[in-house]
Amino acid sequence: MNAAIRRFAQSNFMYSFGRDKVAMVSFAILAAFVILAFSAPLIAPYDPYDQTTIDIMDSEIPPAWQDEGEARFLLGTDAQGRDMLSTILYGTRISIIIGVCAVLMQMFLGITIGLVSGYVGGRIESFFMRLADIQLSLSTLMLAIVALAIFQAAFSAEAYSDLAIIMLIMVIGFAEWPQYARTIRASVLAEKKKEYVDAARVIGLGAPTIMFKHILPNTLSPLLVISTVQVANAIISEAALSFLGLGIPVTKPSLGSLINSGFEFIFSGSWWITAIPSIVLIALILCINLLGDWVRDALNPKIYKEK
Amino acid sequence: MSGPLVETRDVEKRFDLGGYFWQQDKPVVRALNGVSIAIEKGESFCLVGESGCGKSTLARCIMGLLDLSEGEVFYKGEQIDRLSAKAMMPYRRRMQMIFQNPYASLNPRMTIQKTLEEPLRFHFPEMKNGEVRDKVEEVMTSVGNDPAWGTRYPHEFSGGQRQRISIARALMVDPDFVVADEPISALDVSIQAQVLNVMMDARDSRDLTYLFITHDLSVVRHFGTRVGVMYLGALCELAQTKTLFDTPRHPYTQVLLNAIPKLSTTELIHTPMMGEVPTAIKLPSGCVFHPRCPYANERCSREVPAGTTLDDGTVVACHAVEENRI
Repeated sequence: MNAAIRRFAQSNFMYSFGRDKVAMVSFAILAAFVILAFSAPLIAPYDPYDQTTIDIMDSEIPPAWQDEGEARFLLGTDAQGRDMLSTILYGTRISIIIGVCAVLMQMFLGITIGLVSGYVGGRIESFFMRLADIQLSLSTLMLAIVALAIFQAAFSAEAYSDLAIIMLIMVIGFAEWPQYARTIRASVLAEKKKEYVDAARVIGLGAPTIMFKHILPNTLSPLLVISTVQVANAIISEAALSFLGLGIPVTKPSLGSLINSGFEFIFSGSWWITAIPSIVLIALILCINLLGDWVRDALNPKIYKEK
Repeated sequence: MSGPLVETRDVEKRFDLGGYFWQQDKPVVRALNGVSIAIEKGESFCLVGESGCGKSTLARCIMGLLDLSEGEVFYKGEQIDRLSAKAMMPYRRRMQMIFQNPYASLNPRMTIQKTLEEPLRFHFPEMKNGEVRDKVEEVMTSVGNDPAWGTRYPHEFSGGQRQRISIARALMVDPDFVVADEPISALDVSIQAQVLNVMMDARDSRDLTYLFITHDLSVVRHFGTRVGVMYLGALCELAQTKTLFDTPRHPYTQVLLNAIPKLSTTELIHTPMMGEVPTAIKLPSGCVFHPRCPYANERCSREVPAGTTLDDGTVVACHAVEENRI
């Protein structure tokens, strides 16, 4: 185990990370966001989910540095009197959970389908790849809107607000599997011609063992690259859906629904309800994308940078 | 034991090239056209021929990596083609393969130890960890590798070292029969001899039978007991190594041996063969060699020659030899 850690620390991957300032800063900001978001119950000054602590008289107080601001609400309050700082911390947590879980679901579907299509080939491959083509020709958001609208109509508002996170993960996860399936299928097609796969077949190993133990580990680099981009995309999709009122309900807001809830007050002067969560969302996505750019360069031996 | 260890009978392999669904005769590559060989126990059977003549395809058909289009493959008299994966399992242990490219035949994400342990743990799940380790150490030492290499990854080794690791992997399950598909053609000349010696040592100490595929005739002379010469998916000549080099019978074998550069003579006696190898999609009628054969007559373009066994046991598929024209 120690040897593995040492090998990782000495790898080209870590070397390139140490050389890339953009990657280090992005990673630091991202790590800060994740740590703050997940320790929200410990560090947030208020609990935005607890209706009893919310006072409607506190609504629309501007951030502390403004003239009418109050020191107890650092980033001001929203229209319902919730502390913005606490709400953003909890909201970021929900956004990250949805982003990561949706990508895990995409990976699970995409890797299984992509591996099987690439390795088995024939009709199974044609079927899944045409299905992927069809799904890619429809916009993710459009599919998600239709699906969520149906779910919302099918369940009562009460039940829906409990299920909203799971529904969003399912919908975003299901809508984007073709990205993974296509990437991994392309790698599998290249890998399965190599002789180590023949060697495994000569030993007599079964197809599942060969696929998951021999081929999959050799296709992981492109997966890592698209995963970073996909996490950012999933968070954006969630924010967009919540902004459209189809995602997380306002009682337990994510970043998207928070942006949405402040939108109607933006011209009445309460800009902070929309602006601050928007900045957090943009910073989060930017960091993930910059990190993704770096991962793509670091894992691609063809563009080794000689800096 | 009676009968050959491994035998193929009239093996044919065709690869479909797709084509459009309305096409009457779809394009097909005829990679093997009725190849029959019988490999006796203890032999080092060499297959030679130029690129694309079907040597590797035959090896893959024998190992069950490719399905046959026609014909049969036998191991100790048991038919082993068209077996289910489960029924094939006992034979997987008896037959192993060494591959051409040592840079592709080891999984880059697995340590050497894992690569070598995998066949053992798969075929002998009841073996204890200590026994597995001992076996890996024994085999690694026997092919001239340091057992301490186990924790390292394939990219840390040179081509020759990797090929010896590949040989060790094939020997892990104590096979009787090893197919070596051009195992030294990707190596430096200085390393080739070393790897060949490892393979010959293993043959002697482990009682192995080899099917050795190569296009290097000097290796054949050094290594092989019997030689099969292939051209365009058909077997031209099959003879004892010495007989083949002393008295090549088939016109193609004669041209092939003529192409070996010689140091003993000063004048150039090499007569180049005319023309190109025809495509395996549209095979010549009759004998596949007739468009380039200096002895071809009308019968050769009409009739596929069957193998005739001569007095010294050599099998030649040639009308001219059969009719005593050459």
